[in-house]
Amino acid sequence: MHIQEEISERHVLSLTVSNEAGILARIAGLFTARGYNIDSLTVADITPDHAISRITIVTSGPPKVIDQIIAQLERLVPVHKVTDLTDNGPFVERELALVKVAGVGEDRIEALRLADVFRAKVVDTTIESFIFEITGTTDKIDNFVGLMRQIGLVEVGRTGVVGLIRGKEPN
Amino acid sequence: MAEKSGADILVECLIDLGVEVVFGYPGGAVLPIYDALFNHPKIRHVLVRHEQGATHMAEGYARSTGKPGVVLVTSGPGATNAVTGITDALMDSIPMVVITGQVPTQLIGTDAFQEADTVGITRHCTKHNYLVKSPGKLASVVHEAFHIATTGRPGPVVIDIPKNVQIATAPYRKPESFEHASYRPQTEADPAAIASAVEMLAAAERPIFYTGGGVINSGPEASTLLREIAALTGAPVTSTLMGLGAFPASSGQWLGMLGMHGTYEANWAMNKADLIVCVGARFDDRVTGRLDAFAPHAKKIHIDIDRSSINKTVEVDLPIIADVGNALADMIALWKDRGHKAADLGEWWARIDGWRARNSLAYPESREEIMPQEAIAQLYKASRSASDVIITTEVGQHQMWAAQHFGFDAPNKWLTSGGLGTMGYGFPAAIGAQLGNPDSLVVCVAGDASIQMNIQEMGTASQYRLPVKIFILNNEYMGMVRQWQELTYESRYSNSYSDSLPDFVKLAEAYGWTGIRIEGPQELEAGIRQMIDTPGPVIVDCRVAKLSNCFPMIPSGAAHTDMLLDPSQVEGVMSDEAKALV
Repeated sequence: MHIQEEISERHVLSLTVSNEAGILARIAGLFTARGYNIDSLTVADITPDHAISRITIVTSGPPKVIDQIIAQLERLVPVHKVTDLTDNGPFVERELALVKVAGVGEDRIEALRLADVFRAKVVDTTIESFIFEITGTTDKIDNFVGLMRQIGLVEVGRTGVVGLIRGKEPN
Repeated sequence: MAEKSGADILVECLIDLGVEVVFGYPGGAVLPIYDALFNHPKIRHVLVRHEQGATHMAEGYARSTGKPGVVLVTSGPGATNAVTGITDALMDSIPMVVITGQVPTQLIGTDAFQEADTVGITRHCTKHNYLVKSPGKLASVVHEAFHIATTGRPGPVVIDIPKNVQIATAPYRKPESFEHASYRPQTEADPAAIASAVEMLAAAERPIFYTGGGVINSGPEASTLLREIAALTGAPVTSTLMGLGAFPASSGQWLGMLGMHGTYEANWAMNKADLIVCVGARFDDRVTGRLDAFAPHAKKIHIDIDRSSINKTVEVDLPIIADVGNALADMIALWKDRGHKAADLGEWWARIDGWRARNSLAYPESREEIMPQEAIAQLYKASRSASDVIITTEVGQHQMWAAQHFGFDAPNKWLTSGGLGTMGYGFPAAIGAQLGNPDSLVVCVAGDASIQMNIQEMGTASQYRLPVKIFILNNEYMGMVRQWQELTYESRYSNSYSDSLPDFVKLAEAYGWTGIRIEGPQELEAGIRQMIDTPGPVIVDCRVAKLSNCFPMIPSGAAHTDMLLDPSQVEGVMSDEAKALV
């Protein structure tokens, strides 16, 4: 007997939640307990009184599973609202990465040239290295990191995705 | 305002919330609360023998009275012992509030004596949980916890209270009604969905109501409404294990339980129906059998208070997210409003009667041994003399036989562990039910193996003079395990024999109970009568046929139409795909 896997699609979910102790564990634990995937998860409070946080989760699964994920998240007591940005788009999504590249000579110049193409900023430099700051979609950052790998990538730090629905309405 | 200790605030809250009984066990981290209880005789504390027992007692109390069950245990092992019962309550949607002691806040995280990460451990087996770090927050948390446990889809809520928070003081005022920041269960149905449901029901040629524990949780009114809508439409009714009693077994429209050990007629009617109205049930795997063969011809309406139950395993045509009682009331009102009359379902009923004629619950008769089904049937017959009967069960063959052969005509009279399938549930649940219903005849139908999982609670029943009856169908096996081994593993009985059983009669006597042994069919009726007529607690050791199996049965991974009706159909081997299913 072999175990079959289903085809999955990527969804960006945006949640507002009460900013209370354990909320992140509650949400992350829901995903592990029910066998859902988390590709990335970001969290920060978004109101002046620090009462509400926005959590953005990039997940993947068959449509039926995505629907279950949303329903299960809505069931958690401290969750205010869950929006599937992918289904309710168009929406904007961005991720920030810090990319450290080391090298000398031509590699160094090529790194700067590529950074310019990707509109990455240099935020630190030594004679033999740069740290670039880049924002964009996950794909764009993947591409940038992929190119830098050939030049002298040392390490990467990424924030994970945040996203908002386009237009004047809230998520 | 005069300040009160956290422990006093907690107890005041419980009194304000109308709590009458707390099931608990003291320990270091809850001593301040126990001292507060000492000074508040209004709350009856039931001292259990093991914390798991406390949780199942609270479940039995809740399920039989409709009120939330309350548990009080200490930190560390007190809390971890309660986890099985908490998970059981989550799976079966039982309102329960569990108060756990915790080490003082400054010791949290230091691996202190009897420290466990209770909120961490119970995060995914509760509807919600809290760690209260200041006595000033205690009152609002306790009131909120009861609100969450009892509204929407009910479930267990844990409140973890560090010992220093129980001792520190704060002002207490009974909280005014509050609006929760985010928790809003949807209880009222969308009128458009109700209208669609009524039209689908009016147009159906082969409708069936598939009902579940949600009807019971909604309250007795929902059971009345279910009877009314069944009468208005003339449609047949089947139910899950959890929903038994919501619709009277004595009704001609009752098809019996459906699913793995359901009746032939219930499962075939589900398979051939053109409309299934699922009322407060959740298309559990025990009910659906093989999903791609489940109810292939039916449109499906699903009434559930929990949105996450919709389309979880079975895709439905019309979801109605609401309290079952509200949705049924709306449907009935609209049905009458639009002047619908019951359609002629004669042809449908003729087919159902054909399936009924298979008499799928029949069992072989014996003069030598007691057939376990016969024992349940006799128990049912004899217990009808009692004004009110509550049946609890453990988990296994005896549970299914009780579900099949005991007829329930009212809700809240059948207490069983459905979702989690917890051996050890039934006896403590009987104690909780007896406390909530002192004048009822409460019988725990048990197996010889599962009764031993919480048998220590005999002391609790003795201490509180609770006349519960334990009716053991003793076949000296973990019968359901043995049955599956016969089905799947060519009868290799790996560890399913109950060796070294206690002498249950002597055990009863040791606790000051009455012990009765029934050894043959001739003794059955008199033995049961003696059990019912004995005023105090009784254990009946009913020796039944050792190798009886529970039929009908839909094996794992099979369709409703592939039922096994008797042992001759058992092949003894299964495919790996079927073996891998639960």
